[in-house]
Amino acid sequence: MRRIISVLMENAPGALSRVVGLFSQRGYNIESLTVAPTEDATLSRLTLTTIGDDHKIEQITKHLNKLIDVVKLVDLTEGAHIERELMLIKVKAIGNQREEVKRCVDIFRGQIVDVTPSVYIVQVAGTSDKLDAFVQSVGESAILEVVRTGVSGIARGEKVLSL
Amino acid sequence: MELLSGGDMLIRALQDEGVDTIFGYPGGSALHIYDAIFRQKKVKHILVRHEQAATHAADGYARATGKVGTVLVTSGPGATNAITGIATAYMDSIPMVVISGQVPSDKIGEDAFQETDMVGVSRPIVKHSFLVKDPAEIPATIKKAYYIAATGRPGPVVVDLPKDVTNPYEKFEYSYPKKIKLRSYTPIEKGHSGQIRKAVQLLMGARRPVIYAGGGVVQGNASELVTQFARTLNFPVTTTLMGLGGFPASDSRWLGMLGMHGTYEANTAMHHADVILAVGARFDDRVTNTPNKFCPQAKIIHIDIDPASISKTVSADIPIVGSVGSVMKDMLGLLNEISERPDAKMLGDWWQQIEDWRARHGILIEPRYDISSELIKPQDVIKTLHKVTGGDAYITSDVGQHQMFAAQYYGFDLPRRWINSGGLGTMGFGLPSAMGVQMAHRDATVACVTGEGSIQMCIQELSACTQYHLPIKIICLNNQALGMVKQWQDMQYSSRYSESLYEDSLPDFVKLAEAYGHVGIRVERKDELQAKMEECFAMKDRLVFMDIQVDPAEHVYPMQIAPGTMRDMWLSKTERT
Repeated sequence: MRRIISVLMENAPGALSRVVGLFSQRGYNIESLTVAPTEDATLSRLTLTTIGDDHKIEQITKHLNKLIDVVKLVDLTEGAHIERELMLIKVKAIGNQREEVKRCVDIFRGQIVDVTPSVYIVQVAGTSDKLDAFVQSVGESAILEVVRTGVSGIARGEKVLSL
Repeated sequence: MELLSGGDMLIRALQDEGVDTIFGYPGGSALHIYDAIFRQKKVKHILVRHEQAATHAADGYARATGKVGTVLVTSGPGATNAITGIATAYMDSIPMVVISGQVPSDKIGEDAFQETDMVGVSRPIVKHSFLVKDPAEIPATIKKAYYIAATGRPGPVVVDLPKDVTNPYEKFEYSYPKKIKLRSYTPIEKGHSGQIRKAVQLLMGARRPVIYAGGGVVQGNASELVTQFARTLNFPVTTTLMGLGGFPASDSRWLGMLGMHGTYEANTAMHHADVILAVGARFDDRVTNTPNKFCPQAKIIHIDIDPASISKTVSADIPIVGSVGSVMKDMLGLLNEISERPDAKMLGDWWQQIEDWRARHGILIEPRYDISSELIKPQDVIKTLHKVTGGDAYITSDVGQHQMFAAQYYGFDLPRRWINSGGLGTMGFGLPSAMGVQMAHRDATVACVTGEGSIQMCIQELSACTQYHLPIKIICLNNQALGMVKQWQDMQYSSRYSESLYEDSLPDFVKLAEAYGHVGIRVERKDELQAKMEECFAMKDRLVFMDIQVDPAEHVYPMQIAPGTMRDMWLSKTERT
């Protein structure tokens, strides 16, 4: 099962490499990873998605918790949560395609953020599934380049991951 | 407040931390630190002959005392040579701080002379590591390093110090923190009382209980509590390789070691148990045989300080996270509160069954090897060692057949007396770790049980033993081959001895010992074994190298058959369960 694990960790040199190293060292899989400092400059928030059964996820969270740089973590997929991913996608836009891509962008509530006579750059945000769907509807032949940020997530309601 | 340079701050911090001995080797990036060592008397530095030995020596020191072992090496090759010893300590949860010199901060990343990314190279085998960028951080970093190494599940911590950080010309205010708090590190000491209550309830209903005690009992200084618990309930106890001495071998409730080379009675009792109390053990693959066939009828209570050890390979029915000492104390307290005890009749039957198994194939009640042989049997060497030392020596070991024979036959009554590389299985560990033990206990009898293969992996330390007058007794079980490799080749590769034989290339160990200024004794005949070993141990202030020619064909038995259950074992070359 796909899981989103959100980690609050020390914003210290080497902290990220310990997290990433743990995954390769123990043969766990990382599907996506995003990390940036939080409102408290001494802390970073890292979100990663991984796939595994309950046993594996339990081991992953236990081992992450053992890392000295990891302050707190939560498996967002255990409860109601919001997840978002941002995609920048460069697509061919010539002739009929220009209208078609534009329509598609509107349907997915994306934005065209750069225009040249032959190319659009489109920005789409949403769940990973939505981004996949957009890529599919634009069609492989039109796509020049895809950049995705990886998943960020936050628990719904009152629940917070903080010190 | 006092003004000190980075190098002086480091050494002062070590003094304030209570460090009395450092094992190390100097080099360019560490020279400021070495100068600071020269100008003080409190911390003694032991100069090894290879950095691997420094880590093993610090490791032996830590295992024998329970204190944190300290290592000091230079950058680059000094640091990478230390890696094997750090990994050894990591696998066995040994508290250790490794201080490595690093090239100056402004050279890091430039492929400078003797530069290695030590924090990066050591990352998967340390509990934590620090790269110190500002000399002012040294005292707090050292405090953190020792705190992290010693608490929770212990482990090695690396502190990497760029040369400019220890520069003698820049001075800083020094004060050593009394306490340290890390917001992201709070080891759990006390077990959950509800879980403990459930565990005790399950144990009271047990008909065929076994206590399976691991290295955590020794490391957590909980052997007295575990012993008291087992005696109160009259439960059988088996210990892992790392747990030897955690329960007295002379107590009849001890079934011997379990696992791959465990005793018949220990492995068979585990297989038939209905409740297993795992204390500070981690269900290692050398214990469980095939995990999904492991102890099919047993409910498992697992006490461990490391939550990640629980349900890693074998699922626990009642997990208890906490220090073994604290949890055992709570369990004993609960035992005193309740009047309920396990069914005496059932327990009596269980003991009867175990005694039957013991009588049938137990290796500790009578020899299960050919005693009529003319050749010296390695098992007899260990038994003689026990006799001559009164069972009271610190025994370090290398890795291979000799290690298993020592584990099977020495019979440890006290914790911290058996010092071996269990998890990583590091050949070369024996001699340097014995140096660490002897440094910690100058008057104790320290013997290193080794083989002619392992001893050659760190034999250069015979020179360090001369320098520091370490009267270690080296008991070399010389079978002219890499015995354990050869045993597997006998059993699984139709005796095709691929690269496990030396073809008459072995040195004369007696002359070698003498060349380093020690005593060498060669033993070839069975009838001279005990007398020569007595002669060896009578030389209290000399290092003696006993080169004992043992039967090269001997195998270690029992040996579990994989894949299989706990009770599937070879009992000899021809007999299996």
